[in-house]
Amino acid sequence: MADKMATREAYGLALAEFGETYDIVVLDADLSKSTKTDTFKKKFPDRFINMGIAEANMMSTAAGLASCGKTVFASSFAMFAAGRAFEQVRNSICYPNLNVKIGATHAGISVGEDGASHQCIEDISLMRTIPNMTVVSPADATEAILAVEAAIKHQGPVYLRFGRLAVPVLFDRATYQFELGKGVQLADGKDVTLVATGLMVPEALAARELLKAEGIDARVINIHTIKPIDRDMIAKAAAETGALVTAEEHNVIGGLGSAVAEVLCETHPAPLLRVGIQDKFGKSGKPAALLEEYGLTAANIAEQAKRAVQMK
Amino acid sequence: MEQSRIRELTRIAYEIRKDTLTAVYSAQSGHPGGSLSIAELMAVLYFEVMNVDPKAPKNPDRDRFVMSKGHCAPALYATLANRGYFPREDCATFRQADSYLQGHPDMKGVPGVDMSTGSLGQGVCAANGMALAAKLDGKDYRVYSVLGDGELEEGQVWEAAMFAPHYKLDNHTIFVDFNGLQIDGPITEVMSPLPIDEKFRAFGWHVIVTDAHDIQKLVDAIAEAKATKGKPTAVIMKSTKGKGVSFMENEAGWHGAAPKKEQYEQAMAELDAAIAELEVC
Repeated sequence: MADKMATREAYGLALAEFGETYDIVVLDADLSKSTKTDTFKKKFPDRFINMGIAEANMMSTAAGLASCGKTVFASSFAMFAAGRAFEQVRNSICYPNLNVKIGATHAGISVGEDGASHQCIEDISLMRTIPNMTVVSPADATEAILAVEAAIKHQGPVYLRFGRLAVPVLFDRATYQFELGKGVQLADGKDVTLVATGLMVPEALAARELLKAEGIDARVINIHTIKPIDRDMIAKAAAETGALVTAEEHNVIGGLGSAVAEVLCETHPAPLLRVGIQDKFGKSGKPAALLEEYGLTAANIAEQAKRAVQMK
Repeated sequence: MEQSRIRELTRIAYEIRKDTLTAVYSAQSGHPGGSLSIAELMAVLYFEVMNVDPKAPKNPDRDRFVMSKGHCAPALYATLANRGYFPREDCATFRQADSYLQGHPDMKGVPGVDMSTGSLGQGVCAANGMALAAKLDGKDYRVYSVLGDGELEEGQVWEAAMFAPHYKLDNHTIFVDFNGLQIDGPITEVMSPLPIDEKFRAFGWHVIVTDAHDIQKLVDAIAEAKATKGKPTAVIMKSTKGKGVSFMENEAGWHGAAPKKEQYEQAMAELDAAIAELEVC
């Protein structure tokens, strides 16, 4: 695998790969070249359905297909999959607990130039509030591929959050253990815990190095499954390190930071600071510049970690 | 079709109306108007047309039915009960906290319900998905769905209307309950979806306009839909909302209101009289 790959790219590869083994049907709403479902379409044209620009219809149609025994992937940009079609996802798919997997690409501000209208920073929040829904936010291409397979094997709806931007490949598929609902501790530490998801995972690892230089020993946890979240791992981290920082490419309201806060309040209360989009819209720009401007960086995670340690 | 069979299906339609009213009366909540208007269709589908077996409600090769206008759950439950999916007495538990008969159809909890609906516009899309699944699997089951005329105001309906002809879903037949009334009043005053037939024709559907309360015409329309290849069929059924209960007919107020005791008793007496009249024929 390349050093860097967008998780959407991995999504397309995964669909094409698992299409060999599993009888999956893939729907897309006129974005197959962007969501990368076209990789599947080229290989399995008979099991690819273009819905046109009609996301609401796509979700309800997916539900009908699933009610007849199909495992269905429905793809669009996160904004339209989770946002525009929210109520179809809730009522057509999640209420009857149907086997529809939502492959949502172009999540977060790293969409870049398209700007705020296409930069979904609310999807984790929206999707995790729906009963029966599982929410997965892979950190790299390896996790993305394994998440697709786990979603196929899981009975019920899954929301898969993918990005447009090429991000570092962190994990080796040959050895990486991926289990829905289980966090992954990437580095141990005793002073503070950095809990990250998606493209913020490599930033958290880099922040750990910055903190080390200042004598702070940070634990790093990768949360790929935001719902159901790994409560035990988070509570243990709170108990053992006493302070936490979450990092996500999402509004700090309702996303990973909120999910971790909920766990802490109910298990082991501890200071928590949330790195993420501070309740404002994105904008056009180069992805790297936007991530910098919105504070989605290793430097900001390290800064917040120092503050969190002070709050102990 | 033999007159005796037409009389029998008409009788079943009236039994469906009775159980519908019992459900709504018992719950003191629910939607009688649009349930009563589709009783003949429900009788024709479940007792004459559809390949279904109450003993095997999950048979993968069965025909499917989707109540896209999910608020007419009373008509669906009444039909399923009369067809033998569950006891007719259970209709009286409709909408109660200890009942499986949810206010809107729940496919996970009610035997015979093929899709959970209630949010308008979504059921017809799901029905398309079922029809598409049949095509993908090379199966010959058919899918039937019922939409309200007010439901046509939901934009998602027209996404589905574009989709079905594009993928040549000739195994899907929709029925529009054209009773002309929605919650806030006549559809022509609230937000006119007219002309319904021309819209579906323009979207590429085979269109049949017929009488919702004429058993023979409904049977004929479905036969024509089955014979129509390469495109789905929309049956626009001109109906009377509240049909069969004198004081409910053509009254928008009975869209989502429950009868009081005297009203329920009068309604049941009228329906019993209609059934008795059939028996002397």
